[in-house]
Amino acid sequence: MENASEVLLLFAHPAFQKSRVNRALLQAAGQIPGIYIHDLYELYPDMLIDVQAEQSLLSRYSRIVWQHPFYWYSAPALLKQWFDLVLQHGWAYGHSGNALAGKKVMHVLTAGGPQTSYSREGGNRYSIPELTLPFRQTAALCQMEYLEPYVVYGAHKLNREEMTDKTNQYRLVLEEFQSTGAYNSAQSKMNEAGENNAR
Amino acid sequence: MHGEQYFLSAFIYLTAAVIAVPVAKKLGLGSVLGYLLAGMIIGPFVLGLVGKEGQDVMHFAEFGVVMMLFLVGLELKPSLLWSLRGPILGLGGSQVLLTTIVFFGAGLLYFAHWQNSLAIGLIFAMSSTAIVLQSLSEKNLTHTVAGKNAFAVLLFQDIAVIPILVVLPLLAVVSNTETSSHDSHGPAFLDNLPDWAQPFVVLAVIALIVVVALYLSRPIFRVIARTRMRELFTAISLLVVIGIALLMTKVGLSPALGTFLAGVVLANSEYRHELESDIEPFKGLLLGVFFISVGASINFELIIQDPIRIFSLVVALIFIKMIVLFILGRIFKMNIDHNLLFTFSLAQGGEFAFVLFSFANQNGVIEKTVSEPLVAAVALSMAMAPLLMTFNEKLLLPRIGTKEKTEPEADAIDEENPVIVAGFGRFGSIVGRLLMANGVRATFLDQDADHVEILRKLGFTVFYGDASRPDLLESAGASKAKILIIAIDDTEKITQIIEYCQKNFPDLKIFARARGRTEAYDLVNIGIQNVYRETFDTAVRMGSDVLHALGFRAHFARNAGSLFKRHDEKYLQKLAALRHDNKNYMNVVRQSRDDLDSLLSREIHEVNDLEDHNWDVEALRKPVDEEH
Repeated sequence: MENASEVLLLFAHPAFQKSRVNRALLQAAGQIPGIYIHDLYELYPDMLIDVQAEQSLLSRYSRIVWQHPFYWYSAPALLKQWFDLVLQHGWAYGHSGNALAGKKVMHVLTAGGPQTSYSREGGNRYSIPELTLPFRQTAALCQMEYLEPYVVYGAHKLNREEMTDKTNQYRLVLEEFQSTGAYNSAQSKMNEAGENNAR
Repeated sequence: MHGEQYFLSAFIYLTAAVIAVPVAKKLGLGSVLGYLLAGMIIGPFVLGLVGKEGQDVMHFAEFGVVMMLFLVGLELKPSLLWSLRGPILGLGGSQVLLTTIVFFGAGLLYFAHWQNSLAIGLIFAMSSTAIVLQSLSEKNLTHTVAGKNAFAVLLFQDIAVIPILVVLPLLAVVSNTETSSHDSHGPAFLDNLPDWAQPFVVLAVIALIVVVALYLSRPIFRVIARTRMRELFTAISLLVVIGIALLMTKVGLSPALGTFLAGVVLANSEYRHELESDIEPFKGLLLGVFFISVGASINFELIIQDPIRIFSLVVALIFIKMIVLFILGRIFKMNIDHNLLFTFSLAQGGEFAFVLFSFANQNGVIEKTVSEPLVAAVALSMAMAPLLMTFNEKLLLPRIGTKEKTEPEADAIDEENPVIVAGFGRFGSIVGRLLMANGVRATFLDQDADHVEILRKLGFTVFYGDASRPDLLESAGASKAKILIIAIDDTEKITQIIEYCQKNFPDLKIFARARGRTEAYDLVNIGIQNVYRETFDTAVRMGSDVLHALGFRAHFARNAGSLFKRHDEKYLQKLAALRHDNKNYMNVVRQSRDDLDSLLSREIHEVNDLEDHNWDVEALRKPVDEEH
C-alpha cells in the first residue's frame, strides 16, 4: 500500500564517514517524521542488492528522493547498480511494467564546484538539468514525475554558517515535497543566485 | 581452642553479616555500616555472643586491608601511580602534618606532657583505609577527583605509619616496662642489626619484592597456570600476599604497603585479572569480619560511664579532621562537590589507631586510662563514617553541589576496552588483529599460558584466565564493554558465558563462533543473533573459486558464493526454530542429515535464481525489441 505522507529517501555515499555536507543534510532529513532513510551502502556493502526487497519497499511509497554526491556527472556506483537491477523490465518499465507509475522523484545532489561552473562558460560546460538528463529519462521511462534537481553547490567550501543555512533550507524543501509532492525550485534557486551575487 | 568453638564463632559472625548487610544495603547505608552494626549487636555489650577474642579476630581480619591494598595496587599501573605522586606527597603530606599539628595544639591544653599530645596527634591523623576505599568503590566513586585524592591521602598515611612506629617509642613519658618485648608490629628482626644497616635492609627487601614480581613471577605463574588447576592458582595468589605480608612485618614495614607495591608491579602482568578474581572473595570476607570486629570492639561500658566526654571526643575528632580536609581541598583546587566528598570520606579515625595506641601503651607513651576513651572515640568515628558519607551524598550535595560529581573522570584508573575477546586462538586472534588494525582496543582472555606469554610479547592486551568464570569476565570489564566475542572451543563453557552475560550484562552484544551447523542452531536457540560457523565462509569462498576455475566469470562466481551464503544464513535461523520444537535429541544426527537434504533440494531451485535479471540479455531481448 502506498503511503502518501511518507517519503522514501534513497541515499548513496560510498565514504559517508568522510562526508560533511551529505551527513548534515541527511541528519536534517532524519529529523522529519515520516521520512524513511534507506542507506544503500550501509545495506549492501557487497553491492549485492536484494531486488525483491527493494521493489516491495518502492511500491509502498509515492514520493521518492535520490540523494547522493554528483560523481563524474552521475551517481555513485551502487546507486547505478540499483537502477540496473531494481528497475526491472516488466516491473518498472516495458509492456506490463507500471509499478512506479505516478510516483514523484526528487533528485538531491551535492556538487563540489560552484553553480557558475555548471554553465557554458564554466569548467563543467553544461548545466545540471542537462547533465542529469539520464536520470530524468530513467524516471520518464518508468512513468515517474522527475522534479527539478535540488543541488547544493560548492560542497567542499561551505563554512559552518552556510552549512546551517543549507540544512535548514533542505529541511523546508523536504517538508514541502512530503506534503505537496513538489517543491518551489524557483524559490531555492533565487536563494542561490542571491548568495552568489553577494559574493 | 576446640574446633567446635571455631565453628560457633564463624557461625555467629557469618549469621550477623548475612542478616545485617542486606538490611543496611536496603536502607541505602552501604555494607560497611551493616557490618559495623552487626558487630555492635553480637559484641560483648549487646548480645555478648562474641567476647574478648574479638580483638584477636580483628588482628586476623586486618589482613583484609592488606589484601585490599594488593588489589588496589593491581589496578594501578606504575605510570599511573607516578602521575599520582603530586597528590600523594602534597595532599597526603599536608593532611598528616596539619592534622597532627592541630590535635597537638589542642592536646597541649589537656595533657601535662607534650609527648602525649604529639602521639595522639599523629594517631588521629590516620583515616580508615578499609572503610573509605570500600565505601567509595561501593558508590562507584573511586575514579572521581575526590576518590583519587582520598586514595592518595590514605596511601601517604599508610607510608607514614612506618616512621610513626619509629618515633613513638621516643615519646615515652613513663619508664616503660615492656619496651624490650616488641609486639609483632615492631621491627623485630632489625633490632639485631646495627642502626646504620637497618635502612639498607629495608630498601633491599623492597627491591627484592620488585625484582621478584617483575622477573620471577611470570615464569612461576606460568608453571602453575599450565597445571590447569584453578585452586592451585588461588593458592599461589594467596601465597604471594601472605608471603609479602610476612616479609614486610619481619623488617617492620606495613604489610599493606608491601602488597600494594607488589600489586603495582604486577599491574602490567597478564595474570592480573586472574589474581584479582582469586583474591577478591577473600578480601571481601576478611574485610567484612574486620568491620564486624571493629563494631564488636566498641566499648559501650566506657561510653555509658561518661557519654558526654566520649561523644565530645568523637565530635572533636571528626570536626577537626573535616576542617583540615576542607581547607586542603580548597588549597588543592577541588570544586565544592569533590571537596565535600573528599572531606566527608576521610573524617574518621583509622584502624591504624588501634595498633598505634596499643603500641604506645606498651612503650609507655600513653597510659591506658588515657588511651581507652580515645580508642572508643576512634571506633565510634569509624562507625559514623558511612553515615556521614551518606549524609553528604543524600542531603548535602543535592543542595550545595553542582551535580557534577557523578561523572567519572576521563583518565580512569583501569583501561576499559569496548570489546572483550574470549579465546585468542586461531579464530579469536584473526578477529582481534582486524579490530586492532582499525584502531579498536580489545581485551583478550585466553587459557593457554604459553599462548598468552607469546602474544604479550607481541604487544597484545592478553590476560590469562578461564573466560567462563563470571568474576574474570567482570574484572575484564564486561559491565562496561559493548561487545563480547566468544571464540573458545568448549561448548559447555560457551553456554555458561552466554547465560551469565544475558542475565547480568543485558546491554553486552554477543558475537559467538560455532563449530558447525549443530552448534550454530544451539546458539541461535539461546538467543544469539550473531553466530559464525568457523568453516562456513572459507568453504563458500573455496566453492566460488572452484566455480571460477571451471570457467565461470569471476564476478558471477563471487556473487553466487555471496548469494549462497545469504540464503544459507536465512535458513539457519529458520531451521534452528524448527529444531527447538524437536525435543527428542536422540535423532540429532538424522535431523542434521534431513536438514542438509532439505537444504540441498531448496538450493537447486533458489540459489541459481540469481537476482540480476536485468543483466540477462536473453530474457530482455524479446520484450525490448517489441517496445522500441
